[in-house]
Amino acid sequence: MGRIEQAFRRAREERRAVIAPYFTVGYPDVPATVEGVSAAIRAGADLIELGVPFSDPLADGATIQKSSTAALNNSVTLQSCLEVTRLIRAQFQDTAIFFMGYYNPFLQYGIEKLADDAAAAGIDGLIVPDLPPEESGPLDDVISRHSLDLIYLIAPTSPDERIEAISKRARGFIYCVSLTGVTGARDAVSAGVPALIQRVRAHTDVPLALGFGISRPDHVASVAPIVDGVVIGSAMVNLMGDTPAAERTQVVENYVRSLADAGRR
Amino acid sequence: MTIVKTGADAEAPGRFGRFGGRYVPETLMAAVTELEESYAAAREDNEFLSRLDHLSRTYAGRPTPLTLAERLTEQSDGARIYLKREDLAHTGAHKINNALGQVLLAQRMGKTRIIAETGAGQHGVATATVCALLGLECVVYMGEEDIHRQAPNVFRMRLLGADVVSVTAGSRTLKDAVNEAMRDWVTNVVNTYYVIGSVVGPHPYPVIVRDFQAVIGQEAREQMLEVEGRLPTHLVACVGGGSNAMGLFHAFYGDSDVAMVGVEAAGHGIDTGEHSASLGAGKPGVLHGSFSQVLQDDWGQVTETHSISAGLDYPGVGPELSYYQETERARFTSVTDAEALEGFKLLARTEGIIPALESSHAIFEAARLAATLSPDDIILMNLSGRGDKDLATVTDALGIELDRT
Repeated sequence: MGRIEQAFRRAREERRAVIAPYFTVGYPDVPATVEGVSAAIRAGADLIELGVPFSDPLADGATIQKSSTAALNNSVTLQSCLEVTRLIRAQFQDTAIFFMGYYNPFLQYGIEKLADDAAAAGIDGLIVPDLPPEESGPLDDVISRHSLDLIYLIAPTSPDERIEAISKRARGFIYCVSLTGVTGARDAVSAGVPALIQRVRAHTDVPLALGFGISRPDHVASVAPIVDGVVIGSAMVNLMGDTPAAERTQVVENYVRSLADAGRR
Repeated sequence: MTIVKTGADAEAPGRFGRFGGRYVPETLMAAVTELEESYAAAREDNEFLSRLDHLSRTYAGRPTPLTLAERLTEQSDGARIYLKREDLAHTGAHKINNALGQVLLAQRMGKTRIIAETGAGQHGVATATVCALLGLECVVYMGEEDIHRQAPNVFRMRLLGADVVSVTAGSRTLKDAVNEAMRDWVTNVVNTYYVIGSVVGPHPYPVIVRDFQAVIGQEAREQMLEVEGRLPTHLVACVGGGSNAMGLFHAFYGDSDVAMVGVEAAGHGIDTGEHSASLGAGKPGVLHGSFSQVLQDDWGQVTETHSISAGLDYPGVGPELSYYQETERARFTSVTDAEALEGFKLLARTEGIIPALESSHAIFEAARLAATLSPDDIILMNLSGRGDKDLATVTDALGIELDRT
């Protein structure tokens, strides 16, 4: 059984939602990313999304845009992201780790080489927000041969036919986008979430993780009864950027623990 | 208006050889599919086509004239040079052709809010104009840097009732304006139509924009047959995203004796790295929803570009032009900022026409090419826009010299 499946099975047995924080690699700097991820795992994160920075993140709001620009200014490349993965994997063997990034940096690295190097570094899958199933064939075919999962996204605007088609291809879990919009912390969870989750469940038994706009423990508590996992993106990035280095480990641990507690059903 | 149904994409919809596709977030997939279906229905709808045709003639000023540039021809001492006068279209550039078509399409689809990106401001002005004409809400995203260097167009858009939003991310130019427009579209996709201004973006945009611009080449081809009794030997057009080039080239796609020359912006020179020549110096990659030639570093990060003309200052190019390059249907060259300024002055002084800085790249190349050809050859150049918007930039660059002469 792979790490992704194990993470969702363990959470189900413990009657809680999988907690999946997102870190832009190299924001505010590379050592901070390793430190922040380690703290999050110690505090109960089941799955880590490592954001591979891109110059033109068109599905992202201001927070992740800013962090990506800063990371690129820190000379972060896909190579650095692989190194960060190796460092984390050396400490934590059971946590599922993903790359989340736009297609072009993966494409330029070379899909075959990416699959080899990512699998060797300990990556479990890829989330590529600008790669819908119509275009995902070349990447999906190659990485699946290396036992890496390509995680597909479903949005509130996805009609039932698309949900059905995406569900057939899905491995690992499906990333459900909570709202019609870009990433970024919001005050409240979108009212459309229960309807979206119900529509997706009608087509698949694959675990469903919910992301976009989930930033607080009360958000997690409100959706934990109906989803299998939650992704915390911009709020995590803000925390990493705004917290003084000396306090970072403690602040990240406290935050992730509060999310994990809120995720218990 | 006739929509030409043959072209590089006739075999596989959405792809031009290996280029094109739709690399967009899932949230937009339903919208691009709806757009594709609505556009397919609109181009079979005689009422839509006759409304577009009517407005093109009675509002936008079509057909635009074909002008024999006699003194420019004389001075170049070679091929005869004809200008397709898109500078005479309403709002001063070819951009109105696409804006009119797409905003009519948006209205037919029942969308109430229109968004657009703009670089030089010509596409923003054209979109704001059609929105004013049809009474639709209009928001235009424009890089902060472009807002400064194209101030007259910002003023025009605001006069027309558009909301001009300054984009301060990244290089603060056209590329970032496209990103921001995409983010707006992702957020407001239910009631919003995104009018892309060039032959870029996810399928079906490169096809839609090309089809609405193809009127340029269709008219010019007929006009040329009328005055010369034969087709031109060469076509010349400047290339940023590529809409005026595709607009001119498309009707001649099947005329294998007609050579096509696209002119990119070499900025300070290709070897300085400060340019916008995606076809000349890019690599295949994904930007703004399609696979095409992209200026990028070894790690796939899109690089910052430079051109004196805001409309060419873009690191990508339409996928159909990448296909034309790969199949050698067209060849691509580049012209520096300094050479474009020469082209600007040349047309002003030989023909009494002040061209846009974008078009000035094509003028320099047309004159350079003409000199290498014989008087039997005919160059048809797309004069894509007029230069009023560039007077501040040009006087800054040439100020001292103009004072003296």
